[in-house]
Amino acid sequence: MSILIDKNTRILVQGLTGKTGTFHTEQALAYHGTKMVGGIHPKKGGETWQGSGGEKLPIFASVAEGKAETGANASVIYVPPAGAAEAIIEAIEAGIELIVCITEGIPVADMIRAKAILDASTSRLIGPNCPGVMTPDECKIGIMPGNIFKKGSVGILSRSGTLTYEAVFQTTNEGLGQSSAVGIGGDPVKGTEFIDILDLYLDDPETESIIMIGEIGGSAEEDAAEWLMEQAKKGRSKPMAGFIAGRTAPEGRTMGHAGAVISGGKGGAEDKIKAMEAAGIRVSPSPARLGKTLVEVLKG
Amino acid sequence: MNIHEYQAKALLKEYGAPVAEGVAIFSADEAEAAAKSLPGPLYVVKSQIHAGGRGKGKFTELGPDAKGGVRLAFSIDEAKAHAKDMLGNTLVTKQTGDAGKQVNRLYIEDGADIARELYLSILVDRSVGQVAFVVSTEGGMDIEAVAHDTPEKIITVAIDPMKGVSSADLAKLTSALELTGDAAKDGETLFPILYKAFVEKDMALLEVNPLIVMKDGRLRVLDAKVSFDNNALFRHPEIVELRDLSEEDAKEIEASKHDLAYVALDGNIGCMVNGAGLAMATMDIIKLYGEEPANFLDVGGGASKEKVTAAFKIITADPAVKGILVNIFGGIMKCDVIAEGVVAAVKEVGLKVPLVVRLEGTNVALGKKIINESGLDVIAADDLDDAAQKIVKAIKGS
Repeated sequence: MSILIDKNTRILVQGLTGKTGTFHTEQALAYHGTKMVGGIHPKKGGETWQGSGGEKLPIFASVAEGKAETGANASVIYVPPAGAAEAIIEAIEAGIELIVCITEGIPVADMIRAKAILDASTSRLIGPNCPGVMTPDECKIGIMPGNIFKKGSVGILSRSGTLTYEAVFQTTNEGLGQSSAVGIGGDPVKGTEFIDILDLYLDDPETESIIMIGEIGGSAEEDAAEWLMEQAKKGRSKPMAGFIAGRTAPEGRTMGHAGAVISGGKGGAEDKIKAMEAAGIRVSPSPARLGKTLVEVLKG
Repeated sequence: MNIHEYQAKALLKEYGAPVAEGVAIFSADEAEAAAKSLPGPLYVVKSQIHAGGRGKGKFTELGPDAKGGVRLAFSIDEAKAHAKDMLGNTLVTKQTGDAGKQVNRLYIEDGADIARELYLSILVDRSVGQVAFVVSTEGGMDIEAVAHDTPEKIITVAIDPMKGVSSADLAKLTSALELTGDAAKDGETLFPILYKAFVEKDMALLEVNPLIVMKDGRLRVLDAKVSFDNNALFRHPEIVELRDLSEEDAKEIEASKHDLAYVALDGNIGCMVNGAGLAMATMDIIKLYGEEPANFLDVGGGASKEKVTAAFKIITADPAVKGILVNIFGGIMKCDVIAEGVVAAVKEVGLKVPLVVRLEGTNVALGKKIINESGLDVIAADDLDDAAQKIVKAIKGS
């Protein structure tokens, strides 16, 4: 088991024909044969995409057509920012179950509209501005480097892409490996929050422990901590380690991610760390000790 | 991106919001003509800087008893005197830091008879993913203090993006602000106007503090602070024209030309990292080992060799930088591209301080090979902990 994706997930690529889409589709195909089943381009329907190693995928004019032709149940979006929200909406309207949007820099107003449509649908959106989702040895959606993964027992979730890689790398080095890894993205308005993914990890029998990585801005970490405490009262809990990036960030400055900003005295790292610790998560002061911290938690 | 109060008011006026008449001036010579063009006899002379707390702020060059950055004038001569006093001097407020900001623009505005001061802002409420009004009857003061001391006096009304401001929303807002009579009617016109401006112009924050009820019972936008969603500026060339580069750090301006996410800080270890989370974490771990970062710099996912070179030059141009830490965990970013950019930059601008490079992830072997074969004096690190310890040790040894 794993969460969200496995070896049977069939994936369409929106924005396949660009440089980024092409590179990461080649990487996905090379990763244990992830089932990339086609690309979408409104003007190139009927053509064939070819990777640098001779890989071939059919191109469809719309997500709806691609889904009907291939039986796809997931899509990954590499469309540039100005058109990315429309791409999300197209995937929702085509009834794609899992939509993963990698694109960084989508206007917030566009995402507010996309989220309203998403909330009225049965689709799940991961991102935007995220590294994607991985289930080791089975399926790679997005841009995470496959070579650092190892099949195992830790469920990883993070607002940051590169810190997801740190957590993966360190748990691989500790011999624990991962059940899945999910980057939920660094934007203020996004499809999936920590709680949604934590819920899946708590249910997944293969996930024995969890690493959750947050950062400054908003209150998603505090919300997740409160939710975890409620779940623990119902007997649902797993050992957890965590990290919050941005302890040294100045107030009022946006730190790269559109969502990473302390404003009006809210969204600072210390409040988040306190809330997570109150929920029983061991928060590592160092981003280099995520794996070791989890090992300490597991030893009791 | 932030704009000045007078620019924000001009923008809101285009949408039909009630703002006072006013004129922006850039030199004291213009004060007289500006004041004469207003009805009078009460004028307000307001410093235009991108920071709050101007009224309680102090000018560095003037004595401690001098008036603040927002002043009342009861005659044209007094307005002229204030303008001469304020322009060119440095205003320190609780938001500017100790260095303060030079006042290069003033806004001279018609005065108002204030009956009540209210607070209104519009922002993106990320917990619901919608635009929301935040209002309070406690206007004209520090809203953070109100939120802390009397949180029940702050009311949030989220707006359904598919419907816009509904009559139920209007009822909630007028009731929360205790508006009656003409003021309530003005509110019912004003709130949808402000929402429309916020959405159409892709604002990130629109803050009116205070929104006033005047003695004649009408509403007026007395102050306005607006910032925009940087990700949407591509569709607003008219907003980009309002940018005031003198309000920004020179290194940050240079970084923005290359589309780099850069924030100048006070420490002495320059950082070049990919990914915002890892860039913040790199700052945090430098601090954990007892030193301070000189900057936040995320080169982003799709950086080219040229972009990496530009980033490296910005870091090395900062005289406070005593050592550099390059920390890359490649995903979209390929380690070989970073390596080529760093090598090219060092060959171009030289390297006078210790450089620690940690590479991991996509194309890592190729990246390490490029660094190793470059002949540069680079300290290689195996992981993040190792990298942080090595750079801290290196600058202590120098």
